[in-house]
Amino acid sequence: MTFRITRGVSLVALAAAAVSLAACATTGQTGSSSAGQPQGAASGSAPRKPLAQGLDPSTNPDPFPSTYRPLPRENFVLTGATVLDGAGRRIENGVVVVTDGRVAAVGGADTAIPAGHRRVEARGRFVTPGVIDVHSHLGTSASPGVQGMNDTNEATSPNTAQVWAEHSVWPQDPGFNAARAGGVTTLQILPGSANLFGGRSVIVRNVPSVTVQGMKLPGAGYGLKMACGENPSRVYGGRNQSPATGMGNVAGYRAAFIAARDYKAKWDRWRETGQGEPPTRNLQMETLAGVLDGSIRVQNHCYRADEMAIMLDIAKEFGFKISAFHHAVEAYKLAPRLAREGVCADMWTGWWGFKMESLDAVEENVALVDAQPGGCAVVHSDDAELTQRLNQEAAAAVSAGRRLGLTIPEERAIQWITLNAARSLGIDGETGSLEPGKRADLVIWSANPLSVYARADQVFIDGALTYDRFNATYQPKSDFELGQPGHGLTPVAAVQGAR
Amino acid sequence: MRCKSLILAATAALALSSPALAQELTAITGGRVLTGTGVIENGVVVIRDGRIVSVGSGAAPAGARIIDARGKVVSPGLVAVDSGLAGSEVSSVPGSDDLRNSANSISASFDVSYGLDPWSITLPVARLGGVTRAVVTPDHPGGGAGGHAHDDSGYEAGVGDGGYQTPGLFAGQAAVIHLGQGTDIMVRPRVAMVAPFGEGGAGIVGGARGAQFTQFKETLDEVRLYARNRAAYDRAGLRDLSLSRADLEALIPVVEGRMPIIVTAHRAADILQVLRLAREERVKIILDGATEGWLVAADIAAADTPVLLNPIENLPASFERRAARMENAAALHAAGVVIAIKGNEGSTHRARETRYNAGNAVSHGLPYEAAIAAITANPARIFGFGGQAGELRAGAEADVVVWSGDPLEPLSQPQAIFIRGREQPLESRQTLLARRYRDGGEGALPPAYVK
Repeated sequence: MTFRITRGVSLVALAAAAVSLAACATTGQTGSSSAGQPQGAASGSAPRKPLAQGLDPSTNPDPFPSTYRPLPRENFVLTGATVLDGAGRRIENGVVVVTDGRVAAVGGADTAIPAGHRRVEARGRFVTPGVIDVHSHLGTSASPGVQGMNDTNEATSPNTAQVWAEHSVWPQDPGFNAARAGGVTTLQILPGSANLFGGRSVIVRNVPSVTVQGMKLPGAGYGLKMACGENPSRVYGGRNQSPATGMGNVAGYRAAFIAARDYKAKWDRWRETGQGEPPTRNLQMETLAGVLDGSIRVQNHCYRADEMAIMLDIAKEFGFKISAFHHAVEAYKLAPRLAREGVCADMWTGWWGFKMESLDAVEENVALVDAQPGGCAVVHSDDAELTQRLNQEAAAAVSAGRRLGLTIPEERAIQWITLNAARSLGIDGETGSLEPGKRADLVIWSANPLSVYARADQVFIDGALTYDRFNATYQPKSDFELGQPGHGLTPVAAVQGAR
Repeated sequence: MRCKSLILAATAALALSSPALAQELTAITGGRVLTGTGVIENGVVVIRDGRIVSVGSGAAPAGARIIDARGKVVSPGLVAVDSGLAGSEVSSVPGSDDLRNSANSISASFDVSYGLDPWSITLPVARLGGVTRAVVTPDHPGGGAGGHAHDDSGYEAGVGDGGYQTPGLFAGQAAVIHLGQGTDIMVRPRVAMVAPFGEGGAGIVGGARGAQFTQFKETLDEVRLYARNRAAYDRAGLRDLSLSRADLEALIPVVEGRMPIIVTAHRAADILQVLRLAREERVKIILDGATEGWLVAADIAAADTPVLLNPIENLPASFERRAARMENAAALHAAGVVIAIKGNEGSTHRARETRYNAGNAVSHGLPYEAAIAAITANPARIFGFGGQAGELRAGAEADVVVWSGDPLEPLSQPQAIFIRGREQPLESRQTLLARRYRDGGEGALPPAYVK
């Protein structure tokens, strides 16, 4: 048995490089010029004086770099479980080999087991990739949700593309621990939807950390939260300012992208020629320019099908891509087009009726989006409780789909909270499925994860045991939880073990 | 099976106004029968005239319509508590919401029963989750409907509990409805008074618990004074009282112990205080919320006080809920407390998730039969209709659901639903929409032509 503690800059740098490559492979980005990205060193034909520190984004494109290090880990092999690999395969009595924090092999009982790997017997249990929640406000709308802790919406202007969610994340939010106990290993934390442009999202590993930098998935790109519909027009219309209507929303998106095109062109010109005055750096424009050059993904809160169609046209008008529609309760009305255009729909199963734009939600939504060839259906939470049970939310979606007569194997449904989620974030080269080379983010479930009785027994992130239901050593508590009422006590009848 | 269900559903829909169907002798045979208090394998449930004739095993009576439930599970219809069903169509549209009252002179006398709509689109959706009865309860701070945002704009929820504050100490009176089709869903109005305590209740009175308790006691004294001196009050011969006459009247059954108060309290310390208050004031209470209940489970049990709770509340959402645990339901049950399990977010649009919440309580230690009871027989008992619904037993109203499997599993679906003996359509506005777009919505004719 070997027990290796893997720490070190080199590994992280390698991982970062890998994720960058993966992102290129999946998005088909070609080397595009970007206001926020460094240019190749060789391109500087015209010598010019460097700008004062902080004024040229290309000199420090990652100003809040990840300091994430995987927890101590060892090489191991899981045997005997039913493996739902996230990529559509179901393997009975499966074997998962984890080496140096990565998936080395996945297969049937005949899979070769390397010497020196610790054996983890999982007979009768299920193994899936770690759950990915693409829509979280953990850390920004933290528990307790009291005055002083409401850090999700910079609702001071319809366009706050300049704010970054990571600057609001409180890593001590106890919700991270609860989510992990529900199998969540990766989260996208987004600004709220009060604004047309809410700001940048951040993708984190769900590991306890004193700093948000210690959680950031190395190399993961940023997202830009945009919002359609009722929220921006209600918030700003209520203040007698634009947008007050759906058409005001659209005018706001277009005006912002016109300005961003202009901003980007100025930087591109300055970089190419080295002549004249450099543009003044503008954080809001920098994020929007990142959308235009494809380095920042659009994560678009958009409930109604008609509004999604408008957004798709705006994306064409300015030449960017929408990665996913979030809270896409009417995605089922536009499912074939979403599939054709390669846009994911991130959905709930059960939420409806809380406002007009959620009136037409149907439980069958996820299954109908998934039924389209090439459809990208994702189940998301937007909620500190629901994130703990995304597997059950997926199960309810399966159930509704089957009620409608659709055939949905379990190994397909699990993709909604794993590989499809990774795809919508552009990290599917790194995580989201149990395939050789990927990060060993995985969950051992006590039972079929589509059962309400299934519990996450053990959760591994980058091959490191990060949560263990049966071992208090691996049940981290945030600083906030220490010494609070009930701390350290176990409710009397807490019978361990799922039914 | 699906086609058969659809046909059955269509038949039931056609028979909407026909009482004949309710009188038909029906036997549900061969299923695993969860009676609400126990289990019968291969059981037979016989229904006639809207009531359950018998529950047992053996042969079905001659001439009965047989519903083959082999391989399936038969349960009582579920009872939603702290629910807003039929009282709100779209939460953010005030005109469609009759669960919130802000009239200054109406507090305890707010009677939710007048605003409930038998045609509400929330009812068929909840029914497809197996819910056949609901205790419709005015919105109250700290209650199920006062929870978190379902919308990340951060403006509807704000800080704390939805920003909703009742105008007085009391949020009003709850009513029991059934979810069957028809023009009258009311089973019993004014079954309980609602009074928020803890952070929500303190907020009504100025922010401090000490002020609320004082005012609460004073108010009950005034009600007793009024009850003894109604004639004097009517000729203006009584000192000024802080409540309106309507509110005073509404509280008489409370001070006389005939009407329970649904008391919302989450913090363990608050629970102990309200238990003492109830003892001192000799009023009957039902604890609502009780997030930290497990810390004082023995006290709650000793007071013989039932609890309405949501077992998936496990985050320290506020300072009164810091000891939130998934095992709360299990611990209270083990201590001997009668619990009823709520749905999510006010159990209106998300009432159908009640069964999943019960399932999660099971995976965190609550015995299975206790979880079934917590969504059927217990709420019926707590609200005074024990034995009449929420249980499969002879003489009870025939609210029966036939499930494809374990009702607590999301993968199970109802395959037949009876409410007061009438079979209900397995259809809602949502299933109509889903069917309309079943094939992608890109046919030659726009989806609007698809019925």
